[in-house]
Formats: sequence, C-alpha cells, structure tokens
Amino acid sequence: MSSTFDTVASIIAETCDIPRDKITPESHAIDDLGIDSLDFLDIAFAIDKAFGIKLPLEQWTQEVNEGKATTEQYFVLKNLSERIDGLVAAKAG
Amino acid sequence: MKLEGFELIDRIEELRLDAGTILAHGHVPKNSPVFEGHFPGYPLLPGVLLIEIMAQAAGWLVLARLDFRQMGVLATVREAKIRHAVLPDTHITVEAQIEHEGSGYAMVTGRVINGKKTVADAELTLRTLPMPTQRFTDALHRRARALGLMVQA
Repeated sequence: MSSTFDTVASIIAETCDIPRDKITPESHAIDDLGIDSLDFLDIAFAIDKAFGIKLPLEQWTQEVNEGKATTEQYFVLKNLSERIDGLVAAKAG
Repeated sequence: MKLEGFELIDRIEELRLDAGTILAHGHVPKNSPVFEGHFPGYPLLPGVLLIEIMAQAAGWLVLARLDFRQMGVLATVREAKIRHAVLPDTHITVEAQIEHEGSGYAMVTGRVINGKKTVADAELTLRTLPMPTQRFTDALHRRARALGLMVQA
C-alpha cells in the first residue's frame, strides 16, 4: 500500500500544486486537500495511466449519491490506495 | 458553418471507433455577425471558436463511442495554441483523437488544419454525462445524420 500511496501523493502534489508533506494517508482528497471534481479528473487520468487501470468514478459517485457509500471510503487516500491495489490485482487476474 | 448558431462542423468525413478518431470539415462563411466585432473591418475567426470546433469534433467522437447513451461536454482546455489566423471563406479540417477514456471523462487531442497548415491544437477533457432527455437524443441523432456521421467499427 505504501508505494501506491506514495505514487498517488506525488500525482496529487504535482497535479494540484499541493505541498507533498501536507498529503498523508489520512488526508481526504476533497475535505482536507480541497480538490474539486474537475481537478480530480486530472488525478484520475494520471492514476489510470500510472497503474494501467480505470478508476470507476461514475460507480463511486453513484454509490455516494445513493447513500450506499461515504466519500471517506473512496477519497481518504489510504482507502483510495487500497482500491487502486484491488483494481491492479483484479486486472492481473 | 453558422458561427452565430455554434454550428461549426459541416460534415463528418470519418469516425473510427476502434482507433478513437474523427475527421471532419467546416467552411468559415464569408459573412457572419461574429465578424462585426471580430474585428470591425478586419474579419478573423475568433480563436475561441477554433477551440470550440475541436471540442465539437471531440464531442461527436465521444458520443459515438458511447453509442449516444452519454454525451461529452467540454471541461478543460489544456495547451491550446492558436498558431495562424483563419479568414472568412476558408475551408478547414478538424481532427480529434481519444487519448484516454476514463470513467466519466475522456481526454482528447484536437487539431484544426487549413490546407497543410495546423492552425490550432489543444488537449481537451470532456466530462461524460447522461443524456438529459430522449428528445435531445433524437435531435442529436438527426444532426449526426445531417453531418454524414458514418461510424466505422
């Protein structure tokens, strides 16, 4: 998880011009780092490319909107990193 | 083209679903109310309309890739360069290519060409959204047919 988190944190720092030391595994991308949905598309693009996956943003958004999930489950960076690991593992089959 | 109606593409020559590319054409009219202000006595196609032409080509491409179930709307313009002026009564070609199709968005590169010269290029992000109404979907199908949209797998 740590290397996935490091990659994600570096992507966020570079994409959103946020100091790297402010980004921790406990950071919530929206609530703590102030990343909006448009900036998150750039982050998703960089994550998709870096890990060779497709973050299911539409599905996550729908689940949050329907109350089936919380934003913390997807946008706290340690949770996001775990989901990325899961998507990578699923792709590797 | 009907600049004031934002109808900037006249004909879609080719759309390749597998490659994620589109090639389309437009003819800048000799006269348009747009030229009254841009510029008085010196008509030039506004650069923002060159970006819009790329966005419209990208929009048709994304729409076709998603089988008219979702539409793409312009969200980000990156690295836009207006390299040459485009005068009235000019035929231009527009190309767009999908670089990445994400969940809820697509990254597309676009290029506008006059003869052999690239006059503008940009990287665009399009958000993909559900179609608002069936009436709107039907209207887009009609417009696609009028533009000659023939999808190649």
